[in-house]
Amino acid sequence: MRIRVHVTPRRGVLDPQGQAVAHGLSNLGFSGLGEVRVGKVVDLELTSESDPEAALATARKMASQLLANEVVEDFSVEVLG
Amino acid sequence: MRFGIVTFPGSNCDQDAHHVVSHVLGHEARFIWHKETDLEDVDCVILPGGFSYGDYLRCGAIARFSPIMDAVVRFANEGGYVIGICNGFQVLTETGLLPGVLLRNQGLKFICEDTRLVVANGHSPWTVLCPETLVAPIAHAEGCYFASPEVIGQLEEQGRVIFRYASSRGEELAESNPNGSINNIAGIINEAGNVLGMMPHPERNSETALGDASGAAIFRSIIHSFEARA
Repeated sequence: MRIRVHVTPRRGVLDPQGQAVAHGLSNLGFSGLGEVRVGKVVDLELTSESDPEAALATARKMASQLLANEVVEDFSVEVLG
Repeated sequence: MRFGIVTFPGSNCDQDAHHVVSHVLGHEARFIWHKETDLEDVDCVILPGGFSYGDYLRCGAIARFSPIMDAVVRFANEGGYVIGICNGFQVLTETGLLPGVLLRNQGLKFICEDTRLVVANGHSPWTVLCPETLVAPIAHAEGCYFASPEVIGQLEEQGRVIFRYASSRGEELAESNPNGSINNIAGIINEAGNVLGMMPHPERNSETALGDASGAAIFRSIIHSFEARA
């Protein structure tokens, strides 16, 4: 079972990477751009899980223990198949 | 006093820290490989700077799971002295021995330069012998200290911010903040005061041959505090 974990900077946390990307996009001529936040994606292959709910639960545990630092980051999980 | 310097894969300031406490200050020091599980008779643990595990995922996030860290956490919780310098500070926040997190520098650049610190609390075990200001070499890309307003309030109220980036006259100005850290924070201690995390590298300016020796005051302070406690 493949699970995707999205890790994003929490609201209110300074995201200098997002600000730099926003700056770059507006330099390219894109207008109407509000806030930009940069996060990361972790794809996990869980070889011993076949039940989606159990796989998501395992991925959530992995995310809160290691993949995300919940002081400054939020995460979400989804089944890829 | 016996210092133990933990070497993670990717640590690169372990030799400098060892040199300062042993050759410059004349105390015992040994390297502790991260796979070890016992600190033995160490009196102070140094988590050195560098790029443990290539800074993968987040700085310090993987080092936290090195076998030696269980012993370091136990040692710290029993009141043992632990100093995390730069990447070592990041390991301490990831471990939860210190609150908050070190984010990417506000300007996004890796900064390698001498800054100046004002000693915000001269009564901690790490600062008793420190002058009012110190020269502080920094070399980091993720040194922007961040924590929730509640945590910052607590740190300030309890006098746990012990170093702040400042001007040469000791003023905490916005322009003397190199990385965007909240309240110019450069170093904090835990509630009991035995654990210090700081982004600057005092081991890089601890002997006059290197241009400035004011960083040695931090090591001298902890030696003094240890001897006073013994």
